[in-house]
Parts: sequence; structure tokens; C-alpha cells
Amino acid sequence: MLLAVENLAVSYGGIQALRGISFTVEEGEVVTLVGANGAGKSTTLKTICGLVRPQAGTISYQDETINKVAPHQIVSRGISQVPEGRRVFTRLTVLENLEMGAYTRNKQETRQSLENVFERFPRLKEREHQLAGTLSGGEQQMLAIGRALMSRPRLLLLDEPSMGLAPMLVREIFSIITEINRSGMTVLLVEQNANMALSIAKRAYVLETGQIVLSGTATEMARNKEVRKAYLGE
Amino acid sequence: MMMRCEILTLALGRSRLILIFYRYSCSKCFYDSCRPGGALKAIGGRCMFWQQFWQQLVNGVTLGSTYALIALGYTMVYGIIQLINFAHGEVYMIGAFTGLIMVTVYKVNFIIAILAAMLVCVPLAILMERIAYRPLRKSTRLAPLISALGVSIFLQTLVTLIKGGPNPLAFPQVIQDTVYVLGPVRFSTVQVLILVMASLLMVFLQFTVKYTKIGKAMRATSEDYEAASLMGINVNRVVSFTFAVGAALAGAGGVLVGMYFNSIHPFMGVSVGLKAFCAAVLGGIGSIPGAMLGGIFLGIAEVMGVAAGFDTYKEAIAFGLLIIVLLFKPTGLLGLPIQRKV
Ligand SMILES: Nc1ncnc2c1ncn2[C@@H]1O[C@H](COP(=O)(O)OP(=O)(O)OP(=O)(O)O)[C@@H](O)[C@H]1O
Ligand SMILES: [Mg+2]
Repeated sequence: MLLAVENLAVSYGGIQALRGISFTVEEGEVVTLVGANGAGKSTTLKTICGLVRPQAGTISYQDETINKVAPHQIVSRGISQVPEGRRVFTRLTVLENLEMGAYTRNKQETRQSLENVFERFPRLKEREHQLAGTLSGGEQQMLAIGRALMSRPRLLLLDEPSMGLAPMLVREIFSIITEINRSGMTVLLVEQNANMALSIAKRAYVLETGQIVLSGTATEMARNKEVRKAYLGE
Repeated sequence: MMMRCEILTLALGRSRLILIFYRYSCSKCFYDSCRPGGALKAIGGRCMFWQQFWQQLVNGVTLGSTYALIALGYTMVYGIIQLINFAHGEVYMIGAFTGLIMVTVYKVNFIIAILAAMLVCVPLAILMERIAYRPLRKSTRLAPLISALGVSIFLQTLVTLIKGGPNPLAFPQVIQDTVYVLGPVRFSTVQVLILVMASLLMVFLQFTVKYTKIGKAMRATSEDYEAASLMGINVNRVVSFTFAVGAALAGAGGVLVGMYFNSIHPFMGVSVGLKAFCAAVLGGIGSIPGAMLGGIFLGIAEVMGVAAGFDTYKEAIAFGLLIIVLLFKPTGLLGLPIQRKV
């Protein structure tokens, strides 16, 4: 098991964002976490990355508990996140953004990663010296994904990569995620676009107000009546 | 103003280099009577004005570059953790005292004194951040500000106690002061030194922030603290580094100002600190080129104001200017547009 989350509870002051959730991610899988606004999806990813501290429960990664590990050390352990809303460094160039993604890596590794990312996203290569703030939304999302790949993670966390993108771009981003997974990377995908998410995931969990209410294989979930009603707009 | 400068004579007298600039302008009188030498005696009112103007400009840029050195510390720290480090002026004061001890007790030359001041100020600022600011980072915004004021008063009192009183100490003349003439303008060696040192430090800083790994991490952290830590950047280390760089510049500034005004005291950080803070806001707080520009702008305004006879209102000039600029451009001269919240 690559990642195992057990009875994870998180609260922000008085607000209980997660009420004891458990889920697992196996090596090589694409697992998706779907849910409505405010369900606690981003909180889950932030807690895995150490940005938010859990109130209770454990997060184990490669059989080690990482609850108390600092965010920057979690990156060195091989977890990388594409945060919600892209969060690229707008005042840095595309190249500098990518270099930041490889902050934990040495020069040689950075150069290698850079080549790989540019190969995957030729559009970033063309805009290498442009400020990230001047990129279009779709390009920023590609940059955010490219930046996360720079550290060569084993586990990639993606927080709503389809947010605010046109349907064609959404398809492009999802096919890129599939490709990334095929190249051997494990993916934990958070989405509101359940349709797309279920189409590329192996397994899925449904999160509702801080609790996991359903789980199963993606095909099962896509057929589930409740899921179709609540998340697939039927 | 259309003007052209031309070096006519480059005379090397004894060991001292004297550069003489001649200047043309559309005005014939200007050309004739401002020529150094005999004609200088026949200065008309108008040329007197220009001679004064250029002289005060040089003095202003000199004073301004010391403000800039200190303003950089305010602006960088603000850029990273949105804190106005009110104790930064005291770092500069301690830099000046370190320099004084080095030149009087250890009799070292000024370069070593400047380096020593930087070396003392860096750990001081890092310690300050660890003890007084870091534990308060997640509390209200007011808490670290109050803490900064506390540190500031603590350091002033500490130095007063060690020194045994608040009265000023003379900063001995550490370099032979020669006057260089450049057209209508006279430079002292200390002025040249301040200009050269400040420029070198600022170029070095710009280089660090623009091209080094830690410099890029600084920019990334100042834009998005959380995203930076998701990159594997140790944000705490970046914060310490920022304090260290600011302190090194302030320490150097302290020694340079000591040499310039020949007098230092435990409360010297208060007014200079406040003015440097003004300079940082003037230039656009958070912006490094802004702090440089703001400092120089303020220095020129202050010196010109004094030359124009507003000596008594010297201190008011900085704040008046600040208010005027902020009325028209609330983010400062080179300030970034108000940040969109993510
Ligand atoms: N920093 C915070 N301080 C206080 N409450 C927060 C904070 N961040 C999130 N919350 C609350 O925690 C709950 C879960 O938020 P979270 O961002 O995890 O939801 P989400 O599932 O990612 O929603 P969305 O799909 O809108 O991104 C919400 O009720 C939210 O208001
Ligand atoms: Mg979210």
C-alpha cells in the first residue's frame, strides 16, 4: 500500500472539515475523491501534504506515519501536489516555476526533469521565459502539473485540475493524467467533475460533509444510482 | 533638460585622481561661467543655482543610498511574512556600534569593520526572528508588530546600558578624507565609498534574488507561502535567509552612516529606521527595486529641502512626501497591484 489514511479528522477552529475518513491508494492506481463544494476534498490533500495538521487519525505513506512531517520534507519523500486553483508563481517565469518544482532535486536531476516536462508540455517550452501570470488558464494548469512533476514524485495529488477549463481542455488534461499514470506514477485525483474523474480512475470515494459515504471501483460508482443523481447531473 | 557631459581633462596629480568634467548646455552663460578655474569666480545667480543643484543631488543620492540599504530590509521581510520589522532600525544601530568597536578597539580598517558589522547583525536578526516573530506567525497580525516594537526598545536599552548612557559617541575618521572635484560637484571620499558600497551591495542583492536558487525561493515564498512549501521549499529557512540579508545590508549601512556623520548613538535607528520604512513604502513595500528607488528619492528630497531652507522641517519632508505619493499611488512608486486572494 502506497498511501493509507485512517480515521483522519481535521478541524479549522470550530469547523469540523473531516470527520474520520479512511481510504487507501495502491501503487500504480488512479484513485479519485469526488464530492460537492465544502465536502473536505482539499482539506484531505492539504493534510496529506502537511499543510494542515490532523486532529486525529493517521496518514501512512510507504508504511511510515507522516502526520508530523513538515511539508517540505513530504515533497522529498515523493508526494507532490497540484493545488486547487493552480497556484503558479505568477511573478516568476515558466522556467523558474518549474525550477521551484525541482527544489529538492540537484542540478542534474532538475535538467533531466525539465527535459521530460518540456517533452510532455511543448507549449511550456515555447513560453519558457514568459511570466507565469501571463499564461492562459489552461497553460497555467499545465504549468502547475509540470511543476509538480519536476520533483519526480511517486504519488501525485491533483486538486480539481479541470476547474475553470473549457471541455476540450478538460479532456486534454485528463488524457495527460492518464499518460502520467501509465508512465508509472500513482495518482490521487480530487474532482467535482465526477464524470471525467470516474472515466479515468480505477477506484473512487465519495466524500460528503467530511465523511466518506460511498466507495468502490470507478465502474461500479459510475453505475450507482445515488452517484448518478448527485454528481452526474441525472 | 538637454545636456551633454564630456571629459576634457583627466589629470593624475601625485597619487590622487582628479576628474574634471566640462558641461555644455543650451545656455552659453552656463558653459562659460561654470567652468572650473578662473571663470568660476564670475558665477552668475543662475549658475550658482545649478552648481548648488548638482551638489545637493550628489549629497541626496549619497544619503538616499544609505536609506535604501536599510529600506531593503523592511521591504524584503514584509514581502515574505507581511511584517513591518520595527526593530530593523536597531539592527542598523548595532551595525554602527560594531563598526565603531572594530575601528577604535581593534584598529581595523573600514572594510573589515563593515564586514564585522554584517557578521554581527546577521545572527542577531536571525535570532530576533526565531524568538520574537516566529512563535507569533499564526497569531493575529498585530501581535508580531507589538513584539517588533518590544525588540526595538529592548535593543536600544541594551546598547544604552552597555555603553553607559544615551549620549552620542564620535565615530573616528577612518579614511583620509580627500575631496574630489567633478565639474561643479565636490565629492568626499566617504561619499564615494558610500555610493560604491551601496551600489555593490544592491547589485549583489539583485543578482542573488534574480538568479540564485535561494533567491528564486524567496520570490516564490513571498508570492505564495503555501505553494512554496508544496515545492519542497523550507519556508522557515527562506524567512531566516531574508532576515539575514536585510540585516547584512543594514549593518553595512550603519557603519557607512557612522563614517559619514561621524557620530552614533543608541537611538539613531529610530529616525533613520522610520525614514527607511517610509522609503520602502514610497517605493512600494515588498518591491526590492522600489526600496532602492524610494530611498534615493527620499534622500534627494530631504537634502534639497534642507538646501532650500526648510532645515527645521527636515523630518517632515519624508512623511509629507510619503503622504503625497500614497495619495496618488497607494501601492507606492513600484508597488505591485493589490494582490488577488487565492
Ligand atoms: N482555512 C480554513 N479555515 C476555516 N475553515 C476552512 C478552511 N479551509 C476550509 N475550511 C472549511 O472546511 C470545509 C472543507 O473545505 P475544503 O476546502 O476541504 O472543501 P472542498 O471539498 O475542497 O470544496 P471545493 O470543492 O469547494 O474546493 C469547508 O466547510 C470550509 O469552509
Ligand atoms: Mg477544494
